[in-house]
Amino acid sequence: MIPSFSGFGLGLRKEHYADFLDHRIAVDFLEVISENFMVDGGRPRRILRDIRARYPVALHGVSMSIGSADGLDRAYLARLRALVDDIEPLFVSDHLSWSGIEGFSSHDLLPLPYTQEAFDIVSANIDCAQNVLGRAMLIENPSTYIDFAPADMTEWQFIDALCARTGCGLLLDVNNVFVSASNHGFDPVAYLDAVPHERVRQIHLAGHSQGDHLLIDTHDQAVPPSVWQLYAHVLPKLGPVATMIERDDAIPQLADLLAELSTARRAGKLEEAA
Amino acid sequence: MSLLALQRDMRDWLIREDRVAADRIGAAAGSGLAVYQNNYRTQLVGCLESSFPRTRAWIGEDMFLHAAVHHIDSVPPINWTLDAYGRDFPTTLARLHAADPEIAEIAGIELALEELFVAADSPAVGLNGLGDVDWDRAVLTFAPSIDLLHLNSNGFAIWSALVDQKEPPAPQYLETPDVALLWRQGEQCRIRTVDDAELQALLKLRCGMTFGALCRDVAQLLGEEASMTLVGRWLGLWLSDHMVVAIDDREQAASPCL
Repeated sequence: MIPSFSGFGLGLRKEHYADFLDHRIAVDFLEVISENFMVDGGRPRRILRDIRARYPVALHGVSMSIGSADGLDRAYLARLRALVDDIEPLFVSDHLSWSGIEGFSSHDLLPLPYTQEAFDIVSANIDCAQNVLGRAMLIENPSTYIDFAPADMTEWQFIDALCARTGCGLLLDVNNVFVSASNHGFDPVAYLDAVPHERVRQIHLAGHSQGDHLLIDTHDQAVPPSVWQLYAHVLPKLGPVATMIERDDAIPQLADLLAELSTARRAGKLEEAA
Repeated sequence: MSLLALQRDMRDWLIREDRVAADRIGAAAGSGLAVYQNNYRTQLVGCLESSFPRTRAWIGEDMFLHAAVHHIDSVPPINWTLDAYGRDFPTTLARLHAADPEIAEIAGIELALEELFVAADSPAVGLNGLGDVDWDRAVLTFAPSIDLLHLNSNGFAIWSALVDQKEPPAPQYLETPDVALLWRQGEQCRIRTVDDAELQALLKLRCGMTFGALCRDVAQLLGEEASMTLVGRWLGLWLSDHMVVAIDDREQAASPCL
């Protein structure tokens, strides 16, 4: 089992590098996008080392393409392993999705059908990644805009079985649950009740936008009440967990994100008191 | 449908909006497919915009977007890192704007600087102990990230003006190409043009010529005194700019190629 970490953090974005390096900011950890630092050298790598000297860091990937039917990119894994060895992160995570196939890379988190064949492929890919990385990973539930029905299992059954088969943990993105539930018409509370709670090590909280027909996982605004409600629902079911606010666009002042994070802290304290 | 077949269909939908592939994915997927198509193209346009801001400023929003869309339609991304997507964009610009070579060359400068920014760190030699070096047989190793760009237009002057937020000069074709030297001083990317004499010296030294042989080489052209001044100035620049990462004055250090 992946060791747990209890705390409240933020995603580190360029706009806030100086804040975190020049001041002691009240966060328990920072999450960075792995690929931004899987470079040979230069300023990005130095900044990450400086950040790591001050804060615990979680590595969150977007390009492993864990669902690719033709397997994983070994060069990518080798670079990620080098970064893991350098940074010694709290967690290494990526998404339950795929990005590329046969050399093509979409740079998006594309949906998987929840079939037995896909399960076997994803399981084998996670095994492969964990072997190269020398540690267990966290897999994040995605926001999806296509539902490949009929499927052999629900997303939460797929995740539960993946955790059991591969030993991976779950990065539970509460906003993604809300977005996918809205897009595909399932009950988000039933989803949160069914995921393997003992495997959850990290939580993402974020905002979304209304598209023409679907909710879109834009990460460009504050966490909405609907997501806070789901967070409050699932928190009592979990053990120690690392909760963070994820913001990727329309990045606000750090103070605004810290204010949002204190909302999460209050929910955590209420849960502790209960 | 197998996962591989589904993923190939999704790829074909993203790359060329293949309707037959979309139909195989499923009629109910229509709205979702449009979201993924939009995400794919928006992300790639955004990547090119952030990698080539001076090129965009030079040719304007509309022409840049036209070039970006053309690039996305003809060059699918193949690398795990989005940062690599711009690597072929100068080639696309050169093809689209063959009569305006400065456009692709400005983009080439931006690309080279972006790659230099994250190149491997290579600590430069310090100034201590240089008095003990046997310069006659010394072989200089330059930072592997050093790059040379040959420019047939005044793209460097235009790029520089854009960076400095000054009025750029009118584009012009150069009878003698400019050569831009790019290197990193610590974390700072640097760029300047070099004349032919310094270029030849750099190329010879990078090929393994000893510093003494370079001095004799230049002396044949300029005479003893002028060559000592010039080569000494180059060496001072290269060292103070952190371009030199090793000096080897052992015997047999010179490359057999020279």
